Amino acid sequence: MIAVIADREFRALFGSPLAWAILAVVQVLLAYIFLTRIQLFVEFQPRLLGLERSPGLTDIVVAPLFGSAGIVLLLVAPMLTMRMIAEERRTGTLRLLYAAPVSMLEIVLGKFLGLMAFFLVTLLMIATMPLSLLLGGGLDLGQFAAGFLGLGLLLAAFVAVGLFLSSVTDHPTVAGIASFGALLLLWIIEWPGGSEEGAGLFAYLSMARHFQSLLKGVFNSVDVFYFFLLIAVFLILTVWRLDADRLQH
Amino acid sequence: MSADILIDVQHLYRYYGGVCAVNDVSFSVRRGEVLGILGPNGAGKTSTMQMISGTLAPSAGGITVGGIDILESPKAAKANLGYLPEHPPLYRDMRVDEYLLYCARLHRIHRHQCDAVLAKTKSRCALGDAGQRLIGNLSKGYQQRVGIAQAILHAPAVVILDEPTIGLDPIQIREIRDLIGELRGDHSVILSTHILPEVQAVCDRVLIIHQGRLVLNDSVERLTHQQSVTGLRIALRQPPDVAQLQAIAGVEQVERLDSNRFLLHHPPDRNPADGVVDLAVERRWGLFELVPETRSLEETFVQLTAGERLAGGEQEAFP
Repeated sequence: MIAVIADREFRALFGSPLAWAILAVVQVLLAYIFLTRIQLFVEFQPRLLGLERSPGLTDIVVAPLFGSAGIVLLLVAPMLTMRMIAEERRTGTLRLLYAAPVSMLEIVLGKFLGLMAFFLVTLLMIATMPLSLLLGGGLDLGQFAAGFLGLGLLLAAFVAVGLFLSSVTDHPTVAGIASFGALLLLWIIEWPGGSEEGAGLFAYLSMARHFQSLLKGVFNSVDVFYFFLLIAVFLILTVWRLDADRLQH
Repeated sequence: MSADILIDVQHLYRYYGGVCAVNDVSFSVRRGEVLGILGPNGAGKTSTMQMISGTLAPSAGGITVGGIDILESPKAAKANLGYLPEHPPLYRDMRVDEYLLYCARLHRIHRHQCDAVLAKTKSRCALGDAGQRLIGNLSKGYQQRVGIAQAILHAPAVVILDEPTIGLDPIQIREIRDLIGELRGDHSVILSTHILPEVQAVCDRVLIIHQGRLVLNDSVERLTHQQSVTGLRIALRQPPDVAQLQAIAGVEQVERLDSNRFLLHHPPDRNPADGVVDLAVERRWGLFELVPETRSLEETFVQLTAGERLAGGEQEAFP
């Protein structure tokens, strides 16, 4: 059942011009960033050669590219997640799912995976750019894999948060702005930083912090666990919220 | 007989905040029965149907579908249900075939059976030529039919249709009624409406709900029988004195409707039609119309809901 719902969501996305527009815009922006990083690398290459333990191609091109992709997708993800449940509730199609022999968990996971399938396409398209460097140069594939995993987990977290906020309201735009706000807050929450009390907690909550360490190629189970926890919490909250629909007072 | 009861609703309550939308409703539906739920707008019809379909949780009470409790095992119970909500749950940007295929897969119909099921359902709902069209571009009547197709696709034991004929033209209404008549064979049907003739045309049994309470639960046959002829409407070219009409055997009371028309009241078991015709010929009254007046379901409906309204008002005044 999860696959049936995910399949419909995936097809519905590609049936709308929005998905194609997003793919195109993301690709153009990141291609530009990719090219500027390549130029930077070419300019600095002679000087880097003389340095001991100098940063390599992966550090200068791939990590910043994935880092920018994270920020671009933070802007884009709410536009796709905002409609997932809010619009279905508004048009009444959610009742089709409620009346079908499907559990709420299956509905939520179906929608989550459908959207993740779309973002996987986006990620693969982004990944082709650094992978093309293999034609003429060498990449630190370990660091590349960690960064790719980080970007994937980051997107999954974006989708989980967006899905929950979409289930709260029946106005897609409200869900959109709320998701954007929530994601941005989770991104910048580490900014207070410093040595103040509680700074450690803020740093732990920050998505950016965990994402950055994966980009550097440091595969730390704490970071991966953070993302899994975030995703699970918001998916469970979404299930609860949909269950509450039937109990509305 | 209990094996034949497909839906059993016991003491159903539903509150929205402090407002009681459904108040102690109990009824059951047998296999093959078409049940009509009547009631004014806001009476609690839709809430009741939503609860039976499992899309709304009751505040209290129990519902079983084919013997399975819908609150305890919703997935198993919902497999026996087909539900058309008040607004058909259609994805406007999908094609009819895509949509029906999705619904079939949601109801766990095996992939290789889907084609056959779709073809059968589309022919039943007269959607044969619409398979490749976008749902958003279909007319209201077609959309409604897609909604019904979605509800009967998986051959559920019980089909719940919430106002299936709303917004349709008379020809489409007739088609939908024919379809419901056809469904009667293998499904039980629960339909809600506020169009009274519809109930008389397609239903076996009627529930009238008013202010959340069940005020009538009776078979249409019985109702029609009770509402047997209680008056004769006649039109005469040369009308005689009222007294002469009054004198005909069986006539209780004569009401003059206009200069040529009269309404003759009579007890249900004594129809004065023969006497009227004989006398009209004998005395050359020029009879050109003779119509039995029946007390319609509409009158029963108005009487029940108006009466309850007064009772409800009193209760609210003295809690």
